[in-house]
Amino acid sequence: MTLQLKNVSLVRDTETHIYPTSLDLVDGQFNTLLGTTLAGKTTLMRIMAGLERPTQGQVWFDGEDITRVPVQKRNVAMVYQQFINYPNFTVYDNIASPMKLLGKDKKTIDDAIHRVADLLKLTPMLHRMPNELSGGQQQRTALARALVKEARLVLLDEPLANLDYKLREELRDELPKLFRHSGAMVVYATTEPSEALLLGGYSAALFEGKVLQFGPTVDVYSKPDSAESARVFSDPPINLAKVNKAHGQFSLSAGAGWAANGEAHALPDGEYTVGFRPHHLTLTPHGDTSVKVSAEVLLTEISGSESTVHAVVDGHTWISLSHGVHSLDKGQTIDLFIDTRKCLMFDDKDRLVLS
Amino acid sequence: MSQKAQNNKAWWLVMPVVILVAFNAVIPLMTVVNYSVQETFGDNVFFYEGLKWFGQVLHSERFHEALGRQFLFTGIVLLIEIPLGVAIALAMPRKGIGVSICLVLMSLPLLIPWNVVGAMWNIFALPDIGLLGKTLNAMGFDYNYTRQPFSAWATVVAMDVWHWTSLVVLLAYAGLTAIPEDYFQAARIDGASAWSVFRYIQLPKMKRVLTIAILLRFMDSFMIYTEPFVLTGGGPGNTTTFLSIDLVKMALGQFDLGPAAAMSIIYFLIILLVSWLFYTFTMRNEN
Repeated sequence: MTLQLKNVSLVRDTETHIYPTSLDLVDGQFNTLLGTTLAGKTTLMRIMAGLERPTQGQVWFDGEDITRVPVQKRNVAMVYQQFINYPNFTVYDNIASPMKLLGKDKKTIDDAIHRVADLLKLTPMLHRMPNELSGGQQQRTALARALVKEARLVLLDEPLANLDYKLREELRDELPKLFRHSGAMVVYATTEPSEALLLGGYSAALFEGKVLQFGPTVDVYSKPDSAESARVFSDPPINLAKVNKAHGQFSLSAGAGWAANGEAHALPDGEYTVGFRPHHLTLTPHGDTSVKVSAEVLLTEISGSESTVHAVVDGHTWISLSHGVHSLDKGQTIDLFIDTRKCLMFDDKDRLVLS
Repeated sequence: MSQKAQNNKAWWLVMPVVILVAFNAVIPLMTVVNYSVQETFGDNVFFYEGLKWFGQVLHSERFHEALGRQFLFTGIVLLIEIPLGVAIALAMPRKGIGVSICLVLMSLPLLIPWNVVGAMWNIFALPDIGLLGKTLNAMGFDYNYTRQPFSAWATVVAMDVWHWTSLVVLLAYAGLTAIPEDYFQAARIDGASAWSVFRYIQLPKMKRVLTIAILLRFMDSFMIYTEPFVLTGGGPGNTTTFLSIDLVKMALGQFDLGPAAAMSIIYFLIILLVSWLFYTFTMRNEN
């Protein structure tokens, strides 16, 4: 099974919602669309579903151009951030609804419902109404509807965003298992990089209507091919700074510098952008590859075992993430250590040259 | 058992509302109750009569007829206004400049004083000079609301529909716009028909606002007075004499204070009972 977007774009009025995009989604894996709100995740899904016709480009499914096939004929299922169920149907009838519309017989429907309800732990709730269920159960019902439909394409649009933390973790673990054997192509939208990493599979980093990068999730995370892509795939945001290379030495405008060893040595001299994630900017050094910069504390957030420090370095705000509890006062001058082994280096055209 | 210190200051906080409710509801109501059990011949002389007036009103043919007309009228306007209001709300645009235009147009009839509505329709429907009346007669219909009961009824109903359907539209529209777009998208993906979307998504989601709309329209139409009074004065004959018109005739025209007071209490209890039954019945499955 394949789903391809070929140079798809969407312009409404004069506003570009999706810039020309080509994507080859991968079968049997979670394909995650990662980006902030308004990045175009939902719009892209609507195009895949056939709810929205692209201004240009084509959508191909299994070697067939389906751009002009209406949504009803595409056999897709979609689950939303909001819990969408028929309000005056019981859970049972809700799950049955897509199969009834497909004209399946009673026995098949009943068997499928019990199988799915068992899988999603909905069996005791089958005869309740949606408004008598908790948020998690309502979303399970919606997922059950998507599962029994045996759709070829399943679109999950931030399905966990409205659930509380514990339920979110629980369902997140179950989701890949649920859809693994469904034989469907699964597309999952999220705003959280950590969620994309936990789901594994493949990820597309989206920013302002552009797909910046698509590949195995771990690769997109560890080798972002542009600074923008790195920014999308980092929470808290990645720190970016200008760095100059000359005489085999990188130097920050903040004063710190380190030797360009190994691969870095081969880079031509000139201006680069260095990127390092918050947990590679720490309050204590990491061996001899760390370089020290002086910073002024703006804000400290302590979340249990970790401390996030927002600090100003040479006029730019950087974010540092360290283990342990560190209470620092606003305005205090501290030393921060950049782990230079973990730095990403982008050239003046914003392309990754070193990771 | 723990002892809690008594603090009577809270009474001061509820005092304003107690006074307000006392003056605008309890005291007037009790005055009416007072009248309903007494007979008077003027000069502030009253005789206690017990429940005599209640018996008299409940057994009078005049009351039965007015009550019958009232239920018929309310039934007809509800049957027209609720479906029509929902249909208009469904047809209204969801976004763009059309929304404000429609909302303003819809609100206009609601902003017109009730006696003006009556006067407008009175002139509008006059068979010799009114636009509606003259046109109907020119088209060959024998239409004269001052002489024919059917014309009078049709005019009163049309006037009420014109005046109040907007309220249903506004409520239904508010209910419709509160449904997240995702529901419609999900229904499209499922391949549901427009009828199924209405039947299984929009209607259930509108249940609460429609309940309110039906209640409001029931109570208001059941109490209708000003517009038919200005339009037909209850005529021809007694054919459009609804309960409130009859009540005013009895209280002010004939100065039968006792029977009129008894009738207003019965009238009030009917509205209360029907509203309560309707509400309990429609809401019994909610939560």
